[in-house]
Amino acid sequence: MKPAPFQYHRARDVDGASRLLAELGDDAKVIAGGQSLVAMMNYRLARPRHLVDIGGLRELDRMHRDAEGGLRVGALTTHHTVESDPAGVLGAGFEVLRKTMTWIGHLPIRTRGTVGGSMAHGDATAEWCLLAVTLGAEFVARGPRGERVIPAGDFFLGYYTTALDPDEILVEIVFPRPAPHAALTEFAERRGDFALVAAAVDLDVEDGEVRGGRVALGGVASAAVRVPEAERVLTAGGSFEACASAAAEAVEPPADASGSTHYRKELVRTLIRRACEEAVSR
Amino acid sequence: MNTDPVATHPDLQLITLDVNGERYDVVTEPRRTLVDVLRHELRLTGTHVGCEHGICGACTVLVDERPVRACLMFAAQAEGARIRTVESLADSDNRLSDLQRAFSEHHALQCGFCTPGFLMLAEGFLGERPEASKEEIREVVAANLCRCTGYQTIVEAIEACATARRGACVTPCIPDSPADKEH
Amino acid sequence: MSNTPLAEGKLVGKAVRRREDPRLLAGRGRFVDDVALPGMLHAQFVRSTVAHAELASMDVSAVREVPGVVAVFTAEDLELADIVAQLGRPLSEFVPTAMPVLARDKVRYVGEPIAIVVARDAYAAEDGLEAAKVSYATLPPVMSEEAAFADGAPLVHAEAAHNTLVDVSLFATEGIDRIFEAAPCVVEVDTRTGRQNALPLETRGAVAHWDDREEQLVLHTCTQIPHQVRTVASRCLRLDERAVRVVVPDMGGGFGQKCVVGREEIAAAAAALRLRRPVKWIEDRKDALSASFLAREQHYRARAAFDAEGGILALDTDVVCDMGAYSCYPFTAGIEPLMASAEMPGVYKLPAYRVRGRAVTTNKAPTGPYRGVSRPQYVMVMERLFERAARELGLDPVEIRRRNVITDFPYTGVNNITYDPGSYLESLNLCERLVKDEGWYEKQAAAAAEGRHIGIGYSCFSERTGYGSAAFAQRKMKVVPGFDISEVRMDTSGAVTFTTGTMNHGQSHETTMAQIVADELALDIAKVRLHQGDTDRITYGFGTFASRSITIGGSAVRLAAAKLGDKLRAIAASRWGVGPDEVELTEGAARRRNTQDVLPYQEIADIAYLQAHLLPKDIEPGLSVTATFDVFNDGTFSNATHACVVELHAGTGQVEILRYVCVEDCGVAINPQVVEGQCRGGIAQGIAGALFEQVTYDAQGEPSATGFMDYKVPTAHEIPDVLIHHLETPCAFTETGAKGAGEGGTIGAPAAVLNAVNDALRPTGVELDHTPITPETVHRALNGAPSLELSS
Repeated sequence: MKPAPFQYHRARDVDGASRLLAELGDDAKVIAGGQSLVAMMNYRLARPRHLVDIGGLRELDRMHRDAEGGLRVGALTTHHTVESDPAGVLGAGFEVLRKTMTWIGHLPIRTRGTVGGSMAHGDATAEWCLLAVTLGAEFVARGPRGERVIPAGDFFLGYYTTALDPDEILVEIVFPRPAPHAALTEFAERRGDFALVAAAVDLDVEDGEVRGGRVALGGVASAAVRVPEAERVLTAGGSFEACASAAAEAVEPPADASGSTHYRKELVRTLIRRACEEAVSR
Repeated sequence: MNTDPVATHPDLQLITLDVNGERYDVVTEPRRTLVDVLRHELRLTGTHVGCEHGICGACTVLVDERPVRACLMFAAQAEGARIRTVESLADSDNRLSDLQRAFSEHHALQCGFCTPGFLMLAEGFLGERPEASKEEIREVVAANLCRCTGYQTIVEAIEACATARRGACVTPCIPDSPADKEH
Repeated sequence: MSNTPLAEGKLVGKAVRRREDPRLLAGRGRFVDDVALPGMLHAQFVRSTVAHAELASMDVSAVREVPGVVAVFTAEDLELADIVAQLGRPLSEFVPTAMPVLARDKVRYVGEPIAIVVARDAYAAEDGLEAAKVSYATLPPVMSEEAAFADGAPLVHAEAAHNTLVDVSLFATEGIDRIFEAAPCVVEVDTRTGRQNALPLETRGAVAHWDDREEQLVLHTCTQIPHQVRTVASRCLRLDERAVRVVVPDMGGGFGQKCVVGREEIAAAAAALRLRRPVKWIEDRKDALSASFLAREQHYRARAAFDAEGGILALDTDVVCDMGAYSCYPFTAGIEPLMASAEMPGVYKLPAYRVRGRAVTTNKAPTGPYRGVSRPQYVMVMERLFERAARELGLDPVEIRRRNVITDFPYTGVNNITYDPGSYLESLNLCERLVKDEGWYEKQAAAAAEGRHIGIGYSCFSERTGYGSAAFAQRKMKVVPGFDISEVRMDTSGAVTFTTGTMNHGQSHETTMAQIVADELALDIAKVRLHQGDTDRITYGFGTFASRSITIGGSAVRLAAAKLGDKLRAIAASRWGVGPDEVELTEGAARRRNTQDVLPYQEIADIAYLQAHLLPKDIEPGLSVTATFDVFNDGTFSNATHACVVELHAGTGQVEILRYVCVEDCGVAINPQVVEGQCRGGIAQGIAGALFEQVTYDAQGEPSATGFMDYKVPTAHEIPDVLIHHLETPCAFTETGAKGAGEGGTIGAPAAVLNAVNDALRPTGVELDHTPITPETVHRALNGAPSLELSS
């Protein structure tokens, strides 16, 4: 379990990194925290011939609120920085981010793993991807052709596939508005494992009443997905139970050794309900 | 240059590391993980290798005082950071630290293979969260695998150490429930 | 000297701080991967990618061209003798099969070693593996017991018809069928247990080199059985046994997986001999999970007859153990079926017994011993039978056990085993009381009223520990472990070095055995040091397994220490001109009874070595003695009752353990803290088997787990705290009164967990009999799935 040989390049700035990526083409891979990539390289499931390390780009390791009240998270912000929120920028509006961090692996993974790395890796069960889809995040990517903003709905394209071009670097993730009534929950057989199913909701609550909301799932398709059928139930004033049932009926999760399609649908039912209850009680 | 993994001689790289306050210069392939460099180049063999995919935690070390998996990091990525390994815990006279002593007092180790990882996990965690509750400690202990102890005594040892450090307790050995210590 | 009580107020019985701890805590332990020798090379293995095939061709020429690769060897290059494990049984009962060090003509599982690549470092060795070209003429793989027995099934080993390696029917009480016909209550279970990995956190590994000065191959390897590794290495490499020295450094767990001889350590040794350079092999986790020795996959079809009051009348069992591709050395594929057949009646007064035990060979990684060996499974089956009978008869599950456990000792069972005294009933009663005192029955009722699912389960069992030669000879093993030898030596400073043939890998031998010696010689424990794990320093030994170290090794140690004490007294007595009985040992000195005359050990040692002319004629110079110990009866039985409280979560099927209670009796606990550690760790492994861990294979024979994502070792989040209560029924024939303590936790836990889950499922009418129990299975059971589809 030793990685195949590669050449190591340390990026000094984002533009330099992206130029190098353009030069090296398909043989290169960006490494940030490396918490998924290095494991895959140790198994030789990934074998880039060039590794472009952007870990030193400290300007991407910052998290702040913008003038509109949105949250801007630099791509190299670690899960642990979000969890501990040293600058106190999350507030009640983004408490869901802090709480979600406890579902990501374990402490020594969260100290190295980065928000941007997780998003760019695009695992179908990854908590960050699910949060992005639920909260309508926007992805700021920079490449040789300049900077562009990709909405979450267009970012995750399938299993470990995103809309990032090979020479683009994800620099920032923007959560445009506070989500005080959002929650994410999941189920795995063992603490810290990838979820069998992860569920997240972001409820619109007015005067203590749920008027609608966004409902999303991880682990039921090739990427995190919104579930409009379940959202319609919320808009129509339906119960959490009904919302959860609608979600369970709407999806057709793939079966594997950890669970059948039927079981995963049942987990969807349980987890959406739990997420709704947790979100509304915030 | 041809970088075919099977046909060429990979490049070597000079890597400078700050480990336990000492500077080391290593010339090695960039593909070497931090744990392999610590163990086989620097001969700091206290850090162990258990899975090489980031789950067992036997290789846990501190990077800038935070616990990380040394198998999920290339040594080249650690340049410029302060690294601490289990060898840093005892003092210069080889006296064990309070954390190490708590592990011994609570029989928190049997074969001892996972122990350096748990020690560094706890060292980093308590450094940041000295006020941690037993439940928080248990969650953090869940980061690493131990096959011998069943974890209970590891949690108890770390909690005892934290309690003692907070000065809330004179002896670090009062269990939660006296019934659990019946003989 | 036999079994006099150890002196009071001494170290035995106390939680003495572990001698092992300071170096392990400081990162100064020395494990096999810490061994680095000048010029050392690193090995990895080209392994089969298919489960069953003839090796059509093998081209390793490109491997040699890979930068950093120094050599590559196939079976043809090395010409090693095969590893063959034997039983003294007729071919109708046991078919011996050979395990080549490297696959020669045929591969029999995914991961089987085919060639060894030796390179300047582990990275280059792995580069080398990718350049090997192996072509296979694939054969249909045999992937289950059913497929193995099927008519016309492909044969894993040509010599083993029906893929059967072992087929024994050890007991068949006359008239047992009539008992079943007449019994008012007959219950059955059909139980399968998952294939597990013992999973020491340190994987297997070895460093081998040829020592020209000693004309010896030195093999550093993490093994529980150093002398048996030496024997196999010498036979495979065709060396005199004296020309092989096996050295065992600190070992990061073993749990049975390191209790068999691995092919890789022999191949690494062969490469070192060829190259005359040190060769290191460290198994990576991928190989450890998929290609190492696995364990535990068994299928029981059992039925039991009971009378109307719940008294057991008869047990009829058919057990099939899926041993995978090869028979392990030295235990053979008989290890699991023979253990199950011999010991299944357990703690119960069983009048009639019939058993058939088989070992089947399949195209899966081979199996070896794993902590408990068959006992976790058959205890689970027995405890399921009792639970089921209790339900049928409307009895309380604890009460039915109470009516059946052995209470009069010694008790000779239907399996011809004589059980020494234990606390079967007392442990059961106390365990139930502890659960009741904590209010779990009330909590269960309250939860049920809220529609929640709490269950309470028990398991009651004993485990034979301290198997002597007599007990293992009954299994008809060709390698009959049993005795142990200890040498105790005092030097001129009065310090003691002593040896054991057992092999610590986490059990604290350096501490517990030193406690015994320090007490026996009235010596400061700091002056007592154990040596183990070096075939040149240890006369002979069978290593550590079957909870034998303290029972047998500890007894040998005490006998040897006592012998040295006799010599110290004799020398002192000669100086004072009195009889040895006039001399006692106290505080590191000999003292003439009822006087102030003392002779410190240092002065006695001075006479023994440096002033030997002062010794009387009948006392030889030097202070080195040896003693052996063996058990000449059926061994000693530790016992315990476990209770587990679970809650099942309807929404996810998650099994949450709310409480775990263990009442155990291992006789005299040399170090109670160490005993508790063994219990807790063992229980964690038992829970792992009940709820989490399993290696499965697809139809082509590809294993499910090559990492910890798929092989789900539980963490501190899943494993509960355990309340432990000790009872103490001393063993009458070990030298310390101790019984073994290494395996009980693992043996009892699966049954307790399974019974608790079934208790919680009681309202559903569903009963689960297979492990591991997955959340999905529980979810289906709780949500009205028909029971017949619940096989996991």
